[in-house]
Amino acid sequence: MKNRHLYVVTGTLILLGLGLFLYKTVWLGLPVAPDARLPTWEIEARIAFDGDGGPAKVTMHLPRPAGPFTVINQNFVAPGYGLSAEARGPNRLAVLSIRSAQGRQQLYYRFIVHRAQGREAWEAPDPPTVSRPNWTGAKLAAAEAVAAAAKSRSVDNATMASEVIRRLSLGAVESNARALLDTDASDANRVVIASGVLGLAGVPARSVHGIDLDAPRRHAPYVHWLEVYTPDGWIGLLVEPHAPKAPHSYYPWWRGSRTLARIEGGNNLAVSISSVRALEHAVQSALKIGEIRQKDLIAFSLFSLPVEIQQTFRILLVIPLGVLVLVILRNVVGFTTFGTFMPVLIALSFRETKLAAGIVLFIVVVGTALAIRLYLESLKLLVVPRLAAVLIVVVAIMAGLSVIAFQLGFYRALSVALFPMVILTMTVERMSVIWDERGAMEALKQGAGSLAVAVICYGVMSNDVAGHLLFVFPELLLALLGATMLLGRYSGYRLTELRRFRELAKKSE
Amino acid sequence: MMFDIARRLEANGVVGLNRRNAEFMLPYNDRRNYPLVDDKLLTKRLAEKNGVAVPKLYAVVEFPGQVRDLYDQLAAYDDFVIKPARGSGGDGIAVIVGRTHEFLRTAGGSLMSRADTEFHVNNLLSGTFSLGGLPDKALVEYRVKFDPVFEKIAYQGVPDVRIIVFMGVPVMAMVRLPTRQSGGKANLHQGAIGAGIDIATGRTLTAVWKSRIVTEHPDTGNPVMGLQIPHWDSLLMLGARSLEMTGLGYQGIDIVLDRDLGPLILELNARPGLAIQIANGAGIGKRLEKVRAEAASIADPAERVAFAKANFAARP
Repeated sequence: MKNRHLYVVTGTLILLGLGLFLYKTVWLGLPVAPDARLPTWEIEARIAFDGDGGPAKVTMHLPRPAGPFTVINQNFVAPGYGLSAEARGPNRLAVLSIRSAQGRQQLYYRFIVHRAQGREAWEAPDPPTVSRPNWTGAKLAAAEAVAAAAKSRSVDNATMASEVIRRLSLGAVESNARALLDTDASDANRVVIASGVLGLAGVPARSVHGIDLDAPRRHAPYVHWLEVYTPDGWIGLLVEPHAPKAPHSYYPWWRGSRTLARIEGGNNLAVSISSVRALEHAVQSALKIGEIRQKDLIAFSLFSLPVEIQQTFRILLVIPLGVLVLVILRNVVGFTTFGTFMPVLIALSFRETKLAAGIVLFIVVVGTALAIRLYLESLKLLVVPRLAAVLIVVVAIMAGLSVIAFQLGFYRALSVALFPMVILTMTVERMSVIWDERGAMEALKQGAGSLAVAVICYGVMSNDVAGHLLFVFPELLLALLGATMLLGRYSGYRLTELRRFRELAKKSE
Repeated sequence: MMFDIARRLEANGVVGLNRRNAEFMLPYNDRRNYPLVDDKLLTKRLAEKNGVAVPKLYAVVEFPGQVRDLYDQLAAYDDFVIKPARGSGGDGIAVIVGRTHEFLRTAGGSLMSRADTEFHVNNLLSGTFSLGGLPDKALVEYRVKFDPVFEKIAYQGVPDVRIIVFMGVPVMAMVRLPTRQSGGKANLHQGAIGAGIDIATGRTLTAVWKSRIVTEHPDTGNPVMGLQIPHWDSLLMLGARSLEMTGLGYQGIDIVLDRDLGPLILELNARPGLAIQIANGAGIGKRLEKVRAEAASIADPAERVAFAKANFAARP
């Protein structure tokens, strides 16, 4: 029996898919639902300065992964500027340069920080380095005195660092400390001095500057703390009298005594940082999986891929789901669409444009192209040149729309460039043939049907849980394959046929 | 509610597209044989080989280079039909009924210049109307002059008789009558009327126009029920013999009745639509099952026709 063969194959596929899924959830404890509780931060630095008409060069510290933090999606918005990056000690520097900077210049730098759950650090710690300050005279003498006093009252690097911090915090009463700090008792200065004193004593220590992620705000203040190397790795200490440990929410941006950004060839440099807390779902599971990725099954999973490739697969893996929905909509519900997979591809571009803007853009692009295509009909062009002409029109409409949208400030509409233009061209062509042969109503009906299917596919494909499940458990594809094959033997009525044949349901024999 | 409708449709043996494909088309139609019916030129040659009457072929255009000569080739004919060899659903068919000066007059009443004609043929060749948009051939053939029986109930175009043949047994039939709305075309989805035919007698039953039951032709006002289709027995024989011709177990056969030439096969269809059930006011499922169970091994076409007439008579 043919059907038995099919049931065996599809049953095996579905059981295999679900079985692996169960193994990974129950045995390995992979999360089934995307956990929205773990936040990520979007951080933006705005760098402004007055150019004096000549060449200008902005040097800025770049964030780098540290401890439990990972940094992704870094990008500069600095039109006209050349960008180069270099490493300096524990820091990475970006150098933005321009031949001539006139008037107020604004540069933006954005990135996203994720924090891993748990104690384990993701990134290998930096090796210990001792940096000696180039102090002289009274300052050097005062520093040596503080270092000697702290050393005699401590047992290891950590306790010595605490002691140094304590002494510097007593600045008002401790004369050596007063001499060291000069008149600047700010946190920033205190950590720089503290790391200097420790360096003088041969203890690996460094000043760290960053922001407090737990206090997201538009103008985030810098926080400064001291890192000292212990047998457990680098630990962070605040420069307060009892030298408490730096909170986990402190994100270390750069190290050393420099400021975040410097300018050559300009004045009035102003840097402001804003951080926004966002909830990013699937990322957290990726991080969680990192904790158990030593296990073989995980090592060969999609998480072993580079992050950008992972992002690609996050999108690719929901396509089968969209296709399954398409099969249901066509064969069980009975929608007719232009082109078999056209709605899925349109749905895919809706992911970027978002739904409302996507529908409007789709209607504008297809509607305009269709109008032009119906005009081309009267010119009696041969098919291939005509198709090519429609394709050119589609591209031109997309370019025009982008420009208009940008001028009007509808940035969403810029993603119109992601519409699959060949598919749109074929849609326009099919629609115009149907328009000619079967009338405008039929063409519009099928167009609306295709769009409706695209919207439904989008709804499913953009679902967070679905995206998470398929990415974390790609073996579910086997189950999807099995379900699709089963649907291939579905011989019941389509929903639209219930309406089509309703006259025949009236009398019963 | 929805399940209720589905259950009653099921009880009446109404077959949906999925069931048609899964139970009848895919298992009984060998894909190898599809080209025989998908390409009307092949169908025509096959029919001629089997001694079955088809509309005479005037010209075939296979390459764009031949388009220029076509107009002169056709100078001898005043009326003809231009159609794509691999068209579907009646799209792309131009019916020329006569000439006015240098123009061709279409069934719809418009005039086509030489340039219009060549453009149309070029479109056919590049696959505008073909299945899957593949390059196509254009056929020019005899224009059928329909039998006078249809004079009062056909608007412009040519009515044709569609018979669904399963394993060589004609199981259901309808006649399709063009209307003003269908532009002279005989396709139901384009607005033609479909009238079911009693397999046993060849008389028309209920008629359906745009999915509602009608008793009169909407353009002429003449009754469409109770009409005797001439040559009915030879139509059934044509249907029954189509199995041996194409080897397709489940197919639709479209036959036109010519005033002078009698029944001619217009085309065969490996994916015949299901609207025929609406036109007949009956499901096709039980008939198909009966054929599958009882008539699978009847070798003689005449016996298959007898089986059909005995079993598929319309119920009063």
